[in-house]
Amino acid sequence: MARATTTNRKIITTAAAWTIALIIFFPIYWTILTSFKTEAQAINDPPLFFNFDWTLENYAVVQERSDYMKFLWNSVIVAGGSTLLGILIAIPAAWSMAFVPSRRTKDILLWMLSTKMLPAVGVLYPISLIFVEFNLLDTRGGLIVVLMLINLPIIVWMLYTYFKEIPGEILEAARMDGATLKEELLYVLTPMAIPGIASTLLLNFILAWNEAFWTLNLTAANAAPLTAFIASYSSPEGLFFAKLSAASTMAIAPILILGWFSQKQLVRGLTFGAVK
Amino acid sequence: MSLRRTLYTATALSLLTAGGAFADGHSKTITIATVNNGDMIRMQGYTDNFTEATGINVEWVTLEENVLRQRVTTDITTKGGAFDIMTIGMYETPIWGANGWLVALDDLSAEYDAADILPAMSGGLSHDGTLYAAPFYGESSMVMYRTDLMEKAGMEMPDAPTWEFIRDAAAAMTDRDNDINGICLRGKAGWGEGGAFITAMSNSFGARWFDMDWNAQFDTEAWANTLNFYKGMMDASGPAGYATNGFNENLSLFNQGKCGMWIDATVAASFVTGKDSTVADSVSFALAPDNGLGKRSNWLWAWALAVPAGTQKEAEAKQFIEWATSKDYIELVAANEGWANVPPGARTSLYENPEYKKVPFAQMTLDSILSANPNDSTVEPSPYVGVQFAAIPEFAGIATEVSQEFSAAYAGQQTVAEALEKAQAITNDAMEAAGYK
Repeated sequence: MARATTTNRKIITTAAAWTIALIIFFPIYWTILTSFKTEAQAINDPPLFFNFDWTLENYAVVQERSDYMKFLWNSVIVAGGSTLLGILIAIPAAWSMAFVPSRRTKDILLWMLSTKMLPAVGVLYPISLIFVEFNLLDTRGGLIVVLMLINLPIIVWMLYTYFKEIPGEILEAARMDGATLKEELLYVLTPMAIPGIASTLLLNFILAWNEAFWTLNLTAANAAPLTAFIASYSSPEGLFFAKLSAASTMAIAPILILGWFSQKQLVRGLTFGAVK
Repeated sequence: MSLRRTLYTATALSLLTAGGAFADGHSKTITIATVNNGDMIRMQGYTDNFTEATGINVEWVTLEENVLRQRVTTDITTKGGAFDIMTIGMYETPIWGANGWLVALDDLSAEYDAADILPAMSGGLSHDGTLYAAPFYGESSMVMYRTDLMEKAGMEMPDAPTWEFIRDAAAAMTDRDNDINGICLRGKAGWGEGGAFITAMSNSFGARWFDMDWNAQFDTEAWANTLNFYKGMMDASGPAGYATNGFNENLSLFNQGKCGMWIDATVAASFVTGKDSTVADSVSFALAPDNGLGKRSNWLWAWALAVPAGTQKEAEAKQFIEWATSKDYIELVAANEGWANVPPGARTSLYENPEYKKVPFAQMTLDSILSANPNDSTVEPSPYVGVQFAAIPEFAGIATEVSQEFSAAYAGQQTVAEALEKAQAITNDAMEAAGYK
């Protein structure tokens, strides 16, 4: 009886997991599928699932019209740069909050997170004016700084959570053995938090890769990443869904592949400390 | 690799990538912000011709219309200087020109022949008689209809139909069993989507946005008639969910043979008769309808090229504008892709060209453009310039909110009377806050 209940629960859980996974994956699947249709097939009613003439024409058109590699390179630089810079700043910050907290540490953490609740457009003009003043418009450097600042609260929060799991006594022991602060951070804390740091890196890379407000508003021709590449194929007057889908597929492909290969680390990192 | 080395490498990399990209562009390169539509994309394909002739390189930043609007507005108001040429429309041009944000295009060469620009276009792209943007292409709106369905319904479309005729024809063409809707119109919220359509339609019903003292006019009978007529006709003969349909949704329906009539932008003519349309061989055109009050319900729009004030490459930018909006460019496109694909609605000489006269929608496009006057668009006098919009900075925000109320009424979430009441309050509040009253 108990075994039957367990089996039923397993079937229900598996079915539910598959259903949710399919619902989440469907838009990506549909985008990829549409990228192989003609524009006429893309808007066909009823929608065409497999019974259409597959074509690579949209990819050819997108390749011809846009310098994909330039956008891709900008995405890699901006997402990678902002993530690395963020980690460098966040590790000492999270260390101090986790191991030498003050009375206001919790408040500071909450305040940092609350900045994420501010609609980005609310600071569009101040940030734009700063960029104009410092000649940062349409530069990858400017974008790296902005994206780093945007994601910094999340990086600090995540690292803080991982660091809290590490016994403070180990750091104390290192100090008693004569380790300096730098050595304590570099040789004791960081190696123990590698899974957490890795998943933080991955998650923030994905967040920076997908960021589509600042990357559109602070760039023009030089520093525009893949978000601008996608936006250039969207049109309210003209049916370009197949080309838009091809551009979207090309833009999400690198991050999908990265996510696929690193899913084990990502899940491990995200669930780190979730079960005690 | 040791951990320390990894961290040092990471630091160096992030600083390198941050620092390495602060460099600026090249001296003889101009950057152009533009929208993603067929004519603009086609122009990008011919950029090499311009570069070969002048030695000036061109960098394109193509964005979706609403993103572009936000991007160039931010750039021009903060004097960002990211663009040397901006693609803007008839709404922005007079406002930005008045603010001194655009370079006047009053010194174009004699060869360019600025007098050849259609008066309706140059009028809508000027402030105080000075041209601030050169039209790349212009458009109005008109009726596109299925000749086969019209014939089946036993009716004949006049060249200049009335709204009564359109309603009757829509009812006669509707065939729910075969998924054919008599008429497809924009209902989607947004000042440039459903908002543009209903404003242009309201002109023909004798409505206007403001009286001469900038008081909102949604409490008038003319607006109630407009909305009740629209909703009544669409409920009876329109597609399901029309309250969320915009240009693309209706284009999709029409091209799949699911609309008897569609009243929308004249640029759609090349789409509904193009290779992606299943009904290309049975489409004809008529002027946008009226109500016998002296104003038709067609709008007027142009995508135009303007030079933002403060650009360091003003001369090069003007050189590009002269090339892209010239008669020679039109001939270049015609020679390579046929006359049906040249940018329409900008130059008088195009409509005098015997080859272009053979294009099926050419004359109707010209007639539609000529019948819209942005300086006199309403039956009763109004204080604003514009046909489907009022060229004041506050309009985009107000009209977006108002069109949301209208869309809610189309969807049956509130009555037409409630929507108009809210529109009246929204508009008056905004105008008062902006200091008009």
